[in-house]
Amino acid sequence: MAGVTLFEKIWKSHVVASNDDALTTLYVDLHLVHEVTSPQAFDGLRLNGRRVRRPDRTLATADHNVPTDALTAPIADPISRRQLEVLNENCQEFGITLFPRGHENQGIVHVIGPELGVSQPGMVIVCGDSHTSTHGAFGALAFGIGTSEVEHVLATQTVPQSKPRTMAVTLTGSAPAGVTAKDLVLGIIGRLGTGGGAGYVMEYRGPAISQLSMEGRMTLCNMSIEAGARAGLVGVDETTIDYLRGKPGVPQGPAFDEIAEKWRRLISDDDAVFDHEVVIDASQLVPLLTWGTNPAQVAEVSGVVPEPRDDADRRSLTYMQLTPGVRFSDIPVDVVFIGSCTNSRIEDLRAAADVAAGHHVAANVRALVVPGSHRVKKQAESEGLDLIFREAGFEWREPGCSMCLGMNPDQLSPGQRSASTSNRNFEGRQGRGGLTHLVSPAVAAATALAGTFALPKDAS
Amino acid sequence: MKPVHVVEGTGVPLNRSDVDTDQIIPSDWLKRVERTGFGRGLFSEWRDDTTFVLNDPNYASASILVAGPRFGTGSSREHAVWALMDYGFTAVVAPSFGDIFKNNSSKQGLLTVEIDEVDVTSLMNIISENPNTLITIDVANATIEIAALGWSRHFELSRNTRERLLNGWDDIGLTLRHESEITTFESHHDLEALSLRGIFDAGGHVVHYDQS
Ligand code: SF4
Repeated sequence: MAGVTLFEKIWKSHVVASNDDALTTLYVDLHLVHEVTSPQAFDGLRLNGRRVRRPDRTLATADHNVPTDALTAPIADPISRRQLEVLNENCQEFGITLFPRGHENQGIVHVIGPELGVSQPGMVIVCGDSHTSTHGAFGALAFGIGTSEVEHVLATQTVPQSKPRTMAVTLTGSAPAGVTAKDLVLGIIGRLGTGGGAGYVMEYRGPAISQLSMEGRMTLCNMSIEAGARAGLVGVDETTIDYLRGKPGVPQGPAFDEIAEKWRRLISDDDAVFDHEVVIDASQLVPLLTWGTNPAQVAEVSGVVPEPRDDADRRSLTYMQLTPGVRFSDIPVDVVFIGSCTNSRIEDLRAAADVAAGHHVAANVRALVVPGSHRVKKQAESEGLDLIFREAGFEWREPGCSMCLGMNPDQLSPGQRSASTSNRNFEGRQGRGGLTHLVSPAVAAATALAGTFALPKDAS
Repeated sequence: MKPVHVVEGTGVPLNRSDVDTDQIIPSDWLKRVERTGFGRGLFSEWRDDTTFVLNDPNYASASILVAGPRFGTGSSREHAVWALMDYGFTAVVAPSFGDIFKNNSSKQGLLTVEIDEVDVTSLMNIISENPNTLITIDVANATIEIAALGWSRHFELSRNTRERLLNGWDDIGLTLRHESEITTFESHHDLEALSLRGIFDAGGHVVHYDQS
């Protein structure tokens, strides 16, 4: 009998009921909630006189709308303020633990789950947010759902799902120095295209993945959705276990060793068969950026704006105000954003600070560093990273989604060009008319210093 | 959800690929806590452009959106579905859809009709030439057709989705009919998968000694 994939192991242990055909009722171990996709779901519960089945499997945080300037400043936008208040009221009414703005555990939903140790191997984790795929880095099946499904999970602790297919994405070799997890995932999406992962759960494996830290694996799984995949996964290894040890949400002491023993079995069997396999040689990858308006439109940071291949490319070039053949190192940038659930963890901030230390942001650039959570912020400050950034001319801000999307005051103005460590370069994503280029934290920092797209000095 | 049997109307060609949900409803609109009134936000950034197809008076009464591959990728925002429906769309026809968008649509009764790219292209040509072309989508038979031209295509529709659409079933109600199965499942599963119980106090602070 052929071996079993990690996906299959998790799926099988969460089937509550299989309906006649395509849908399975899957049990949800952890439901993460934020202010944007939940208000209408809570309303639905109220209308139907339903309760939250498992408040002890539900955790809420404020992230998308929170301003990232001084915590004491009131929220100027009345609609944002109202949405955050409604989250408070709903969590109160339904008995859900909430980390509101300014709370010590508050942060971007996909940063806090892992750092609190509540996102754990083997779990089914959902959230009304497509980047829930992030938590797959822990060997969990984690995927985004819509508001109707949020209501469904609140009421039943289950979600009806059609079974996805499995794809192994094997990264052989070692990534060259200067090639980060962000470059790996941009390289993967560039190859697969925005629809290449559609209908699949992608499991990342191979030597280049084993070498990645948990932060790197989260960056990778985070952007699986940009290839159209339902979820991303990495099998459990000692890196996973070491990261989780001592975290608030896991058992402490000997009880941890016991559960870790179970978690170690959460890997695909050697002879497991996937529905589809892709092999990429990581040693051939280089630092990348996106030049267009979808995350598969990638190019080398040290290269030039590519020739368009089709109408969609031409449209993207026009929107991005770019001319083929121009070197990225000759393109000035207005804003550098280091943050978002893709790249706002401590390791990301360390990488950016390494590049920034002792230098200064170029005169034409506004550079923001937005830690993913208060815990990340505190950790960074204890390492003195905030000072490095401030001295180099970066803004050091309060946690939140910030400039990843235009829902809070951190936005691009029309025509402004950004180098951003976030995950989406869609038209207007960072503010109406904004021109977004996705990059790694190291490239973002180097770009802030140079004023045009740049590689960190030691890599160029 | 209201039952959906047959959807009939004229179509509007949106000849673009990768129409992500950020374009369908820009994030500024997501701050609202209501479920209605999103129609005004539909494609709001594109609608400023007078040449944008939704601004073409020939398509003012269209109720079926015909678009390029990978429609509705990106963010999980169900607001995209609410906006399309609030604006007056009853169906979207495209060669492929974003996963979550497709799920969200099925919960609201917005039909997502997936047909081959060549068929989508010919449909676009037909409605570009004659915006008054009447399109009929039949849920029970999973067909899309233009009776006047004898043009007809079949599309995939799982039995489950079809039944839900035809009956207008409420998913939550359906699941709760099997509540005892959930309870049984929990009785053993709770031992395996840890919950948040005991980790945080009422104020959300970590209860036990936090070594991290
Ligand atoms: S940081 Fe960006 S992608 Fe991540 S949850 Fe927030 S808005 Fe979504």
